[in-house]
Amino acid sequence: MTRHAGLKRGVFYAVLVFFALLYLGPFAVQIATSFKTSPDAAANPLGLVPDPLVVESYLRMFGLTEDSAVPFLRWFGNSTFVAVTVTLGRVFFDSLAGYALSRLKFSGRRVVFVSVLAVMSVPGVVLLIPKFLVLNYLGIYDTYAAMVLPLMIDAAGVFIMKQFFDSVPVSIEEAARIDGASVFRTFWSVVLPMARPALITLTILSFQGSWNEFTHMLVATEDPDRRTLTTGMAGLFTGGLSSGTQYPLKLAVALVATIPVAIVFFAFQRHFVRGANEGSVKG
Amino acid sequence: MRWSRRTRRPRAGRIARRPGRGLRGDEQVAGWLFVAPMIVVLGLFLLLPIGMALWVSLLDWAPSQGDPFAGGGEFVGTDNYSSLFVEEGLARQDFMTSMRNTFYYVVFVVPLQTALALFLAVVLNQRRLRARGFFRSAFYFPSITSSVAISMVFLFLFLNNGGVNKALGWFGIDGPPWFSDPTGIFHLALARVGLQSAPPPLAATEIGGLSVWEWLSGPSVAMCAIIALVVWTTAGTFMLMFLAALQDIPVEVDEAALIDGASTSKKFWHVTLPQLKPVLFLVLTLGLISTWQVFDQVYVMSQGNPDKTTLTPAYLSYTESFIGQNWGTGAAIAFVLFAIILLMTLVQRWVMRDRDRPRRARRTRRPEVVRP
Repeated sequence: MTRHAGLKRGVFYAVLVFFALLYLGPFAVQIATSFKTSPDAAANPLGLVPDPLVVESYLRMFGLTEDSAVPFLRWFGNSTFVAVTVTLGRVFFDSLAGYALSRLKFSGRRVVFVSVLAVMSVPGVVLLIPKFLVLNYLGIYDTYAAMVLPLMIDAAGVFIMKQFFDSVPVSIEEAARIDGASVFRTFWSVVLPMARPALITLTILSFQGSWNEFTHMLVATEDPDRRTLTTGMAGLFTGGLSSGTQYPLKLAVALVATIPVAIVFFAFQRHFVRGANEGSVKG
Repeated sequence: MRWSRRTRRPRAGRIARRPGRGLRGDEQVAGWLFVAPMIVVLGLFLLLPIGMALWVSLLDWAPSQGDPFAGGGEFVGTDNYSSLFVEEGLARQDFMTSMRNTFYYVVFVVPLQTALALFLAVVLNQRRLRARGFFRSAFYFPSITSSVAISMVFLFLFLNNGGVNKALGWFGIDGPPWFSDPTGIFHLALARVGLQSAPPPLAATEIGGLSVWEWLSGPSVAMCAIIALVVWTTAGTFMLMFLAALQDIPVEVDEAALIDGASTSKKFWHVTLPQLKPVLFLVLTLGLISTWQVFDQVYVMSQGNPDKTTLTPAYLSYTESFIGQNWGTGAAIAFVLFAIILLMTLVQRWVMRDRDRPRRARRTRRPEVVRP
């Protein structure tokens, strides 16, 4: 009986380790390959020990060699600008709107909320061409404004904030209002500080979402100077560098591009878990 | 399940609040001011563009022809739509090919990612598991990384002499040249049993510009690499949903089944799975909605190649517009895709509502029972 149970446990952990390898393997290969030479990467695609170990990819990426075909720092800067601006915008405007939809009594609130729900189910990929049309029409195509403005508020974030405010008792705000504080004052200094957990979730989701945003940047810009990490990386394949076998360089770029989100992920893991479950209503 | 409970809570609060309404005179203005930024952004960059694209889908237009809302481009009515479905030509053939490819993609990705997610969740839910947090992070991490970055890694792994084929080689399997192999896997399977080429009736009958034989190809070998990538990356998110649902199942139910002497697999099929039905529906429909939108992976890994077997409607609509300069056709494809996804969303909402109703009824009934 116990031997049978022990065997079962052994098989169970073997399966688990197999899947862990399946999930961590690609990242391990990516890290190793980024330190390889191109011929080594081609000859030993799964080798985890670079031979010889070179940092050429990283030097090229950061513009420390003669040929800087990859303006990595520019992309990184653009991505940072987009992620920070969009995150700040979303955290403020989403909670503002979420609060109004949850607490403030104004005529038409129900209509607005139902519209938010409807908008949430518009699939992003369908908006590729429409987005270009409107940016072109407004004359802001291929500008930084076009990159961040349309992303400043997202319906899903408004929804998350509304859900949160719905779950918080009103008594404290009521007290502030009776003391004569204005609606905005109450929101800013009483409600927002209480909303910390939801704000953290929203910050993380916004940062991750805007850092990884690809399709919007693709249709909003064409100037290479305005490339973010995602459009820059995608260009590595479809553009001039695609012919070469410069996989160590490409994988190094992809690796460093992943690091900021990875840091956020490991620092705030439980919020990601909550976000994933809350986002499930997104549909 | 969780969130629906949360949405309902405020109802009681709202009733309690009602007497204090006198305080809320300025809320009319404040309310509209608070939602104004949202209305402007969503209206300007979501609703307006949809309207604009609907108009452009009725035009023969390219940006070089000037403002489409001031007479630029030629009005062609529903020509762009009929060129996708009825008129013979390249547009229809490409569109139908993309529909076929995506259909197979959806049919493979949705069940596979759901099964993998459920499997990983059940494994992680074992009570005496060590290092649960570590494994959960490992499985979930790909979901939060950039689709472009992860596609690059997989492109490297799926090279002709890349890691995947090397690993297959250890088991004596000669891996295919993934991203340059346009053969459908159903055709490959048929070739195994001796059917090397199309039987004449299947080759001769055409539906929407593709022969029946072509419709029955299955996903191409190249598409299979994309399917593998997507299943691998998205399973983590759905795993978390299953995990949350599994943790909601009362321990007693589990123990009762064990005391009754149910085997592990019996317990799973007859006790655990029925309880997961709601979240299973949610995962399946979310999967259906997201898979129809596949774009990033195709853009980075295959650009629709080889032989258009990884072409998808989303990618086709992009290339028709930005590269082919047929913006009308591109917009029309986007709207057809929109209709498909909307249909999936409606099915989802319908299924979820059906599921919520009995619970709601129970909730309102309960106090009446208690009262006497």
